[in-house]
Amino acid sequence: MKLRAIAHSRTGDKGNTSNISVIAFDENDYGFLRDHVTAERVRQYFTGIVTGEVTRYELPSIGALNFVLTGALGGGVTRSLAVDAHGKSLSSALLEMDLPDDPYRKG
Amino acid sequence: MRTIRIGAGAGYSGDRIEPAVELAEHGELDYLVFECLAERTIALAQQARMKNPNSGYDPLLAARMRAVLPACRANGVRIITNMGAANPAAAAQETRRIAQELGLQGLKVAAVTGDDVLDYARQADLPLDIGGTMRDLGNRVVSANAYVGGGAVAQALAQGADIVITGRAADPSLFLGPLIHEFGWALDDWPMLGKGILAGHLLECAGQVTGGYFADPGFKDVAGIGRLGFPIGEVREDGDLVITKVVGSGGQVTAATVKEQLLYEIHDPTRYLQPDVIADFSAIKVVEIAPDRVHVTGATGSPKTGQLKVSVGYVDSYIGEGQISYAGPGAVERGRLALEIVRERLALTGVRTNEIRYDLIGLDALHGEKLSQSGSPYEVRVRVAGRTDDLAEAARVGEEVETLYTNGPAGGGGAWKSAREVIAVASALIPETAVKADIRIFET
Repeated sequence: MKLRAIAHSRTGDKGNTSNISVIAFDENDYGFLRDHVTAERVRQYFTGIVTGEVTRYELPSIGALNFVLTGALGGGVTRSLAVDAHGKSLSSALLEMDLPDDPYRKG
Repeated sequence: MRTIRIGAGAGYSGDRIEPAVELAEHGELDYLVFECLAERTIALAQQARMKNPNSGYDPLLAARMRAVLPACRANGVRIITNMGAANPAAAAQETRRIAQELGLQGLKVAAVTGDDVLDYARQADLPLDIGGTMRDLGNRVVSANAYVGGGAVAQALAQGADIVITGRAADPSLFLGPLIHEFGWALDDWPMLGKGILAGHLLECAGQVTGGYFADPGFKDVAGIGRLGFPIGEVREDGDLVITKVVGSGGQVTAATVKEQLLYEIHDPTRYLQPDVIADFSAIKVVEIAPDRVHVTGATGSPKTGQLKVSVGYVDSYIGEGQISYAGPGAVERGRLALEIVRERLALTGVRTNEIRYDLIGLDALHGEKLSQSGSPYEVRVRVAGRTDDLAEAARVGEEVETLYTNGPAGGGGAWKSAREVIAVASALIPETAVKADIRIFET
């Protein structure tokens, strides 16, 4: 299944760094997200877009993960040549990520 | 225990005008905050001020004040805003003029300055996050402004200001200032200040917490999205927080909308650096207690760093851009051919670019080929954007796209070109002692 089926997301920007939240619609899915949406997977997913590091922060109290991607905004929001200089649409890209179909994910 | 109601009237410089009027009239507010400065806004405002000393404040200031002043005056709502940008004094005078025109007497408008640290930054030759120091940028520097905290806003309110107009301030500080003023929170009560910053952070982007920047049809639907009600924070003396909006307004406040705004522009949630405190959002709980009423608890804080972030605006480069569209059978192929032609032409005619992008909007312009696997579209828009060292060179990029009209692939339409100067922003740090807030009151 796609990440979009069980989570929503929003992107923020600061300089040349993007942050993308991954928030479970149902907090019971948090463990599943934590297991499958890792910093390394996100880094590989955004190869070619992220020139720096990907760090993941965990917020179990709200069932969310927060990814910080450095070197992700074409040299900085204020000078990037990209159509989407802020990288606001990166959340939509991430929601297309494939996850295993796990019928027991809420367990 | 007392509760203060703070509304967010604007989440950025170009935001809608009428939601603030709805808040002023029906929100039963104590305060209405307009947050209107993005990273580079002050640099652009500074350039405007250099051309005309009476300008340099937000271009929509007059329209917003004219729209809300009558209701704010009638309902005892105080206004706080960073629309002062590069010229808070001129902004305050303009606001006073408008208030007088509207027949509102006895109004106190405060201009808060001190955030402009250009002289200090030059003298100290501050190191920059982009590498190098201020000296390396030379006379390309346009502005340097410190992100100040809520203290000066609190002071201006203590002096009786009905309207407080600042330059650069940390966005959540615009909301923390009135909370410090109303509740007398100590400036070293870190957990409490952390709660105040939470309130400010959730409110500072206005519609983004009430269903804006949220809708995804079929997955996340938002009723009344065209007339989003902007948010209200109900903050209790002990830092307890409820996010809500005017009953009957469009949009929605839910755990989901609050969680998305909570993490917006946050990196390490245990260390959200602000001038007044390091806020910790890592253990927050978000609970819907009623329709469009969300209770947010668990924020705390640790001691501030004693340093302030400074945004340095400078002339970075020039960007020239051109676009043209192709449709129907073979649209993608003609679009690709158009890009090849432009690439060949720029080399042939010796256009000097430091960096260049060739995009097919509608195909893979946003995220590149690897992530854009949805198949061939009916139409594409060619886009070429190049960075150059001067404006004349930048113009040549767009021109080479436009000439595809008569020299390029068949059926090209809707050509468009632009060339612009790029003001970029670098960051530096200064000790908070380098900033001395100044408050000037203008009365009607």
